[in-house]
Amino acid sequence: MEPFRRLKSKAVPLDLVNIDTDQIIPKQFLKLVHKAGYGKYLFYDWRFDSEGKPREDFVLNNAIFNNRQILLTRDNFGSGSSREHAVWAIRDYGFKAIIAPSFADIFFNNCFKNGILPIRLSQQEVKYLFQIIDNAELDINLPSQEIIVTGPGNSRVLKFEVEESKKMLLIEGLDEIGITLHCDSYISEYEERNNTKLPSGDKV
Amino acid sequence: MTTFDTIWNNHLVHTGGEGGLHSRDGGPSLIYIDRHLIHEVTSPQAFEGLRISGRKVRRPDLTFATMDHNVPTDNRSLPIIDEVSSTQIQTLVQNCREFGITLFDLGSPDQGIVHIIGPQLGITIPGTTIVCGDSHTSTHGAFGTFAFGIGTSEVEHVLATQCLWIDKPKTFAINITGVRKNPHTVTPKDIILSIIRRIGTAGASGTVIEYRGDTISKLSMDQRMTICNMSIEAGARAGLITPDQTTFDYIKGRRYAPKDAEFDDMVDYWQENLKANRNAHFDKSVSVDISGIAPQVTWGTNPSMTVDVTESIPYPEEFAKGNEGEAKAAVRALDYMDLSPGVHITDVPINRVFIGSCTNSRLDDLVEASLVVKGRRVSPNVRAMVVPGSQQVKLEAERLGLDIVFKEAGFEWRESGCSMCLGMNPDILARGERCASTSNRNFEGRQGVGGRTHLSSPIMAAAAAIEGHFVDVREWL
Repeated sequence: MEPFRRLKSKAVPLDLVNIDTDQIIPKQFLKLVHKAGYGKYLFYDWRFDSEGKPREDFVLNNAIFNNRQILLTRDNFGSGSSREHAVWAIRDYGFKAIIAPSFADIFFNNCFKNGILPIRLSQQEVKYLFQIIDNAELDINLPSQEIIVTGPGNSRVLKFEVEESKKMLLIEGLDEIGITLHCDSYISEYEERNNTKLPSGDKV
Repeated sequence: MTTFDTIWNNHLVHTGGEGGLHSRDGGPSLIYIDRHLIHEVTSPQAFEGLRISGRKVRRPDLTFATMDHNVPTDNRSLPIIDEVSSTQIQTLVQNCREFGITLFDLGSPDQGIVHIIGPQLGITIPGTTIVCGDSHTSTHGAFGTFAFGIGTSEVEHVLATQCLWIDKPKTFAINITGVRKNPHTVTPKDIILSIIRRIGTAGASGTVIEYRGDTISKLSMDQRMTICNMSIEAGARAGLITPDQTTFDYIKGRRYAPKDAEFDDMVDYWQENLKANRNAHFDKSVSVDISGIAPQVTWGTNPSMTVDVTESIPYPEEFAKGNEGEAKAAVRALDYMDLSPGVHITDVPINRVFIGSCTNSRLDDLVEASLVVKGRRVSPNVRAMVVPGSQQVKLEAERLGLDIVFKEAGFEWRESGCSMCLGMNPDILARGERCASTSNRNFEGRQGVGGRTHLSSPIMAAAAAIEGHFVDVREWL
């Protein structure tokens, strides 16, 4: 996984609460068997009309927001389906961080497995960012857990919380399975200790 | 301790420190997974990951697979027309063969929605941890399990290690009190929709819900599964119900469940260790009195946007109760649903009906729906389908003659799968079509691009099929 330490970018505002993963990546694009190539389907039904033409009123189709790597949104982002395709689409499109007051649990976890940093800020801080978003430059520093926001004529530092082990995974770009396999002795001990006689499936 | 705490403690493999994902602020614990269910949509990339890293499946004997999300529900003897779906299904077959995993494939008499067949085959038993790359894994919590949905990276992690790093969720007690006056027409679906309406779609974020109270104890397993299934719609990590005699009776004799003396020993263990503890401490709790609730119908684009069948569609500010973001979402939802505030929900014409999904496609659900179908005809303006949750459910329903009841009324009687709940197979809504659906999500485009979904119970959806709009079924029975 690509490590994440620092990111300087402007942000794209997506001003709606409870955006579910069905919107982030509609089901018609879940049939692929690989992890790459989902960026073109990100927010597909919001981005394109029934003839596949870009909808002018959707934020990702606004040229001033091109090439921005931070998504700014509202409460409960990523609710609903567990589909990790939502995070793959966000990553593949070019976003590396998402800022919101809150995230849905499964989506939040999926982000860290894919090098995406989800940042929770207070309602006030998110509101402030929405107000200055068009011209503000954000400098996200994961090791120091702060965002330096440089707006027209002023700058401000926002601190954020991130759980220690998740931070480490991102900064080092670690393979979590590799770490767990180093715990093999604990797993084997557990299996011996808990011979719970769970019935098992027949082999094919 | 809560039932959840007991299960959690029993599954701790490692709590950090040397070699783990340790951290100063608590951090995640390594939890053992007893049962891993997989399906065709969220597993291919996980198997691909294993192959790339040269890893194997640690416990193929604890892993079970089926195909449900994009399978056709019409004639199974025909080849699948959608090539991409077909590839995904074939990929699962090959992966199960390569890694030695039990698969209930398209031709199997045990095929069905993963959350229907787990309990049905006795794979789901109390006190266990169960995961699946699907958010509705919370369904299995009805058996007193810690069961939760995971992403594909975690599917790969469980395949390789049979464990997961998890931050311990908070506990949330939902105490359900009161007796329903009309238990045939005010159903478990109405109970859970009314709860989500009250606490919101993020109301249980970061928690495991424990549903408690005498009302819950009196429900059948099929009914309990409907409630636990929709825990995720309130944002919960999982939802569970402490197991009791109803649970044990359901499990007894099922294929993968413990047998004979072993079963009796397990029941003793479950009764002793997982019993409801009246003094258990929960991080959060709420009481819900269901004695007065009416049948529920959603009007918007998330499951908290719900009204009683006797009510009108609310104004955005009325729905949002001062929350600016929710008001904005409600305006958008009304526009997408093409509805006006003040219009009575029973005056909205319906042209599709879907009875199915992991929420409501078990035998109890089909029996419930059939109560208002017998001797009536589907409205000429409506196309209605019943999609049993599994081949076993289908067979049992046919033994009871339910297929005849539905077909004679004009319903389509289909093969099992997720079908129109998420429309990954050919069962989708056309743009502008409006559906009464027994599924779990009314998100924009969920059942088809531009399609409009109203969630309800099976009996409400069945009555809507007959009348061409929702009706208060309490007046019918």
